[in-house]
Amino acid sequence: MPEDSSSNPALPRLQIEGVSKRFGPTVALDGVSLEVAAGEVHALIGENGAGKSTLMKVLSGAHRPDAGSLTLDGQPFEPSDPLHARNCGVAMIYQELNLAPDLSVEENILLGREPATLGWISRGERRRLAKRALEEIGQAQMPLDAPIRSLTIAQQQLVEIARAFVGEPRVLIMDEPTSSLTQVDTENLFGVIEHMSQRGVSVIYISHFLEECQRVASRYTVLRDGQGVGNGAMAEASLEQIIQLMVGREIDEIYPRTSRAVGEPVLELSDVAGLAKPSCVNLTLHAGEILGLFGLVGAGRTETLRAVFGLDRLAKGSVTVFSREETHSTPAKRLANGVGLLSENRKEEGLLLNRSVADNLTLTRLGPVSRLGLVSGSAQAAASGKWLAKLDVKSSGAAQPVGELSGGNQQKIALGRLLHHDARILLLDEPTRGIDVGSKAQIYRLMNELAGQGKAVFFVSSYLPELLGVCDRIGVMCRGELSGVRPVADWSEQEIIRTAVGQAESTEVAA
Amino acid sequence: MNWAKLGSSDFLKAIRPFVGLFVVLLLFAMDGELRSIIFKGGNFKTILTQTVIVAIGAMGMTMVIVSGGIDLSAGSVVALCSVVTAKLIEQGHGFMAVLLLTVLTGGLVGLANGGIITTVRMMPFIVTLGMMGIARGISKWLANNQTVNPEQPLESVNRLMDNSQSPLTFFPLPDGVWLALGLAVVMAVVLRSTVFGRYVFAIGSNEDTARLCGIRVNFNKVVIYALAGAFFGLAGVMQFSRLTQGDPSVAIGLELQIIAAVVIGGASLSGGAGSIPGSVIGAFMMACLANGSSIKDWPNYMQEIIIGVVIILAVGMDKVEPFIQRLFKRQSSSN
Repeated sequence: MPEDSSSNPALPRLQIEGVSKRFGPTVALDGVSLEVAAGEVHALIGENGAGKSTLMKVLSGAHRPDAGSLTLDGQPFEPSDPLHARNCGVAMIYQELNLAPDLSVEENILLGREPATLGWISRGERRRLAKRALEEIGQAQMPLDAPIRSLTIAQQQLVEIARAFVGEPRVLIMDEPTSSLTQVDTENLFGVIEHMSQRGVSVIYISHFLEECQRVASRYTVLRDGQGVGNGAMAEASLEQIIQLMVGREIDEIYPRTSRAVGEPVLELSDVAGLAKPSCVNLTLHAGEILGLFGLVGAGRTETLRAVFGLDRLAKGSVTVFSREETHSTPAKRLANGVGLLSENRKEEGLLLNRSVADNLTLTRLGPVSRLGLVSGSAQAAASGKWLAKLDVKSSGAAQPVGELSGGNQQKIALGRLLHHDARILLLDEPTRGIDVGSKAQIYRLMNELAGQGKAVFFVSSYLPELLGVCDRIGVMCRGELSGVRPVADWSEQEIIRTAVGQAESTEVAA
Repeated sequence: MNWAKLGSSDFLKAIRPFVGLFVVLLLFAMDGELRSIIFKGGNFKTILTQTVIVAIGAMGMTMVIVSGGIDLSAGSVVALCSVVTAKLIEQGHGFMAVLLLTVLTGGLVGLANGGIITTVRMMPFIVTLGMMGIARGISKWLANNQTVNPEQPLESVNRLMDNSQSPLTFFPLPDGVWLALGLAVVMAVVLRSTVFGRYVFAIGSNEDTARLCGIRVNFNKVVIYALAGAFFGLAGVMQFSRLTQGDPSVAIGLELQIIAAVVIGGASLSGGAGSIPGSVIGAFMMACLANGSSIKDWPNYMQEIIIGVVIILAVGMDKVEPFIQRLFKRQSSSN
């Protein structure tokens, strides 16, 4: 009976049982179970793509599970959308903050739930509620009238948390809450979490930084490839054990590797630093080499590529391309020198979605498809046809708008542009993100082939197995800094993860 | 153009302005009074002549809109350039000098627009809104707040838009019509087939991608606005020719007619889509509607309402078509 169960203190606050979720052929969650007691801080740990976000989206009502059940205080919990979940007391604090920057703290805390009669907001009541919510999380000193824009990221995050306390929060989900916080703000946030936990609110804490999980959480669950692979009390587990659980999988047979000769250095970065990130990067990329760059989200990998390609300004350091120092550059000059960049964000930056496949493939190098200064549609189509066949793109032809293709095929078009450009240095930012396994394998094969032709490939990824499978050497970034680059055989998976989460022994962080 | 290589939806999109025009003419043909007058050679020539100013403006505006921008200063620049034309004729310059210097004036205004938009990183809407006031003010200042009537008219300029010589026959067309047609062909090729044209589409389609692909976005934008200004300058010459006087208060609201022509022609205000033939057809269609309304002796307000409805219909088709297609698909799949 519900009345009995909700008052039974022995029942877990939240129970997830055998939850599965698939997207097309991809299994994102495969029978995951999880239990969180009232007032417990539970760390959810796993590599990128392990299924953490999907699980949290199921919890917050953004996705419906295909199988399994959720129980909240003994009652079945089937959130239909995020608002419903929030009204049931399950609130999520996202990595990207969802606040209206021009409205005040008070207005944001009560946004969408303004106390009103006949559409007329009761300001006094709103102020009282906002104050109470801030007091609940021990942040009574927050200025209620300040616009969100004027606050620091850490303060904004606290406003977002306070928002959850307008109702009666039962479970709070925090996704990478510290990724953009300073040390002091992080400590402050931990204080707030402890405060909440004492008030009986359960917290699910997701973070890449294992030492934080150890500090703040009492229990943990590790996800890998959509399955729960281990859980227990935080105090009884060593970091070593947890890392073992995170990475313990076999390397698939989809990574081709042919022996190839590594040639001259083609790209040298020394002490490269951007305006915000990276803070210090030294590396040398050679012809005929695939150099991998691992790091967690926010480590500064994309920023490094953008700075090298001339899209962002460099704060210091120097960049040498083909033995000529050209630190400050523009994408046009880099392309003219045979350097190409594949953006991690193909939809927003990488492709002209409403333009044709042919336009997208040939955009950086229209010369060969032009006659007498006029771009020839048929030459464009012929050139594109060649790449479409080579990359095995499924499309209706060169005239099809790129936006109509599937993710994997879009990515092949973005990559095909670098091939058409005949780039000799390829900067690839997450080239396999969000695409199907078949396309991934084709891209690995292509990278291998390009390196075999003497081209240099700089491969940024958050997915460790592919880096280990494809690269000759790997460097690891953590909070803006690049560790020493080593041949792939000299790394173990554990070491890479440890370096990426800032847990490497000091001797290993040699510059 | 290779129709076979285009998808069916592209084909529909490309011919939509022509279909719209066809529908308008068909409706006209259903009315006996209109049919008997509107398709007569002399009247048709009048429509073409009335299209010229908006059409030339639309050629410049198409580039701007395809690149994701907007230029609200067009009408004021046309007025300014009609005054400049009058002043230059007063000073006794020859035809080529008048033409080039006026076009240059328009180009300079466009250069200022593009320069401010790219270097100060301001919204094109705001910058050109400001320029709309500035250019209008300068033209009034230059003209002493009255019309400028050159004492020695320059026949070659006046003839550009004059079809009073042979009002009843289609040929000979005034020089301005030929000039507009020739420019339309050239600009259609420039936008379709030159590297510059491809860059215009790329910038409007996704500026970040364009930058990533090594396109000098700012430089190209300045060129686009300067070229557009030059076209508005030429439209100013035509405006002078039509009235045979420089009028600083002429062409108020013309920018909106020009934008309407471009949008009826299939351009998207968010950039990345549009074509010169479409925009010219759009301008022609609006002239046809105006002409038809005046033949029927409909009051001016009627004409304004009709053109307003046409704009909404023309652009609304974009949203309605996928809806109809989906309905159609659902029916055929359920059968």
